Amino acid sequence: MSVKLLTSKLLSIFLASALFWHFEAKASDEGHGGEKNFDISTMIFHHIGDAHEWHFADIGDTHLSISLPVILFSSDRGLETFSFSSLKAHDGHALVHQDYSIDHHGKIISTLPGREIFAFMPDAHAAHQEGAVKVYNISITKNIASLFLSVLILFAVFIPVAKGYSKRKGSAPKGIQSFFEPIVVFIRDEIALPNIGAKSDRYMPFLLTVFFFIWFNNLLGLIPGGANLTGNIAVTFSLAFITLLITVFSGNKDYWMHILWTPGIPMWLRPIMLPVELVGIISKPFSLMVRLFANITAGHVIILSLLGLTFIFKSIGVGVAATLFSTVMSLLELFVAILQAYVFTLLSAMYFGQATAEHEHDHADGHH
Amino acid sequence: MLNSIFALLMEVARFDVMGAGIGAGLVTLGAGLGIGKIGGSAVEGIARQPEASGKIQGAMIVAAALIEGVALFAAVICFLIMNK
Repeated sequence: MSVKLLTSKLLSIFLASALFWHFEAKASDEGHGGEKNFDISTMIFHHIGDAHEWHFADIGDTHLSISLPVILFSSDRGLETFSFSSLKAHDGHALVHQDYSIDHHGKIISTLPGREIFAFMPDAHAAHQEGAVKVYNISITKNIASLFLSVLILFAVFIPVAKGYSKRKGSAPKGIQSFFEPIVVFIRDEIALPNIGAKSDRYMPFLLTVFFFIWFNNLLGLIPGGANLTGNIAVTFSLAFITLLITVFSGNKDYWMHILWTPGIPMWLRPIMLPVELVGIISKPFSLMVRLFANITAGHVIILSLLGLTFIFKSIGVGVAATLFSTVMSLLELFVAILQAYVFTLLSAMYFGQATAEHEHDHADGHH
Repeated sequence: MLNSIFALLMEVARFDVMGAGIGAGLVTLGAGLGIGKIGGSAVEGIARQPEASGKIQGAMIVAAALIEGVALFAAVICFLIMNK
């Protein structure tokens, strides 16, 4: 059998089996009570939200999940570390450990009055207590564990690629290098050079990092049992914030003059243009943040809703149709994964290009 | 009688959910129209000059992603108002 035929056969078997992966990993999420009405919004939030345990599947009555470390820091008790399994029993009910417990959403609460669990913002659901001791929740949650995993994957992929370049100096790439070289060259030649121009080498490390980070994390989120990291607005906020910092700190005189004193417009328009331009500095990375977050989260919600239809209707026919639709949507999401990484990188490169643009042009007021 | 039906409806109607639903529908309409236009012009451009299809495709993807970004902004806002 030729290599082509064999590969196409293997690929078709692989794709056909993908229909069943969804079934196994998600089908076991049926209501724990059996007769209880299937609550689709809880199921969706459970899958796209963050949690203190990494829940893979439910096989019959066994809850397959890894309990992650809970790390709490408060000024009166210092650093407290314990496993999440001391707060949540195997059958799901809450336990009390060291004056902490969990609420029905799985969030950590304090059983002692006068202490407020504070992650980045105070808990919106809990009533604000005046003078409460702040307990900072810096636990390793599912998203953070996934972040570490994706960082390990990035290192495991790119350190050999870099080593390959130093080992095989001047000769053709081999192995994993040959897969990533066209992508890296694409980012340099189609994204960085046209938009940033001469200084693109300074920004290439960031652009490459952000592209592969977003792409790998999008893909990891699509695996059944994966964590929805790029659908976490704090993560996309951090990426967009770094883009903002780089843009602001590499802005040259031309850039700031264009913002504060946009050339070539009449005087009466200037009071309007100044706040618009200032807001524009913030709104561009803001749109980066929302675009990535909403695209990835919306994709996950669509796939989860389609799969949830099977459990709402409890029929085989709907099950087959829903699985087919969600497989098609998952294939689309694979495309969206790389597209969103590309768009984020491209727009970041465009902002850097605007910040570092050196150009001579004739202005109407000729102050250059 | 119509008045009493109307009054009853006004009592049970959840305007926030209704607003979110109508909003999401309008967003989809806007995004669909916008990206449809882009797709149409891109395909026309490729038909006129097949050699430039790579560049046209690239520009099309970028423009579509930008419009989708705005559409998803609005979808997120609809979701937020539904949950407040």
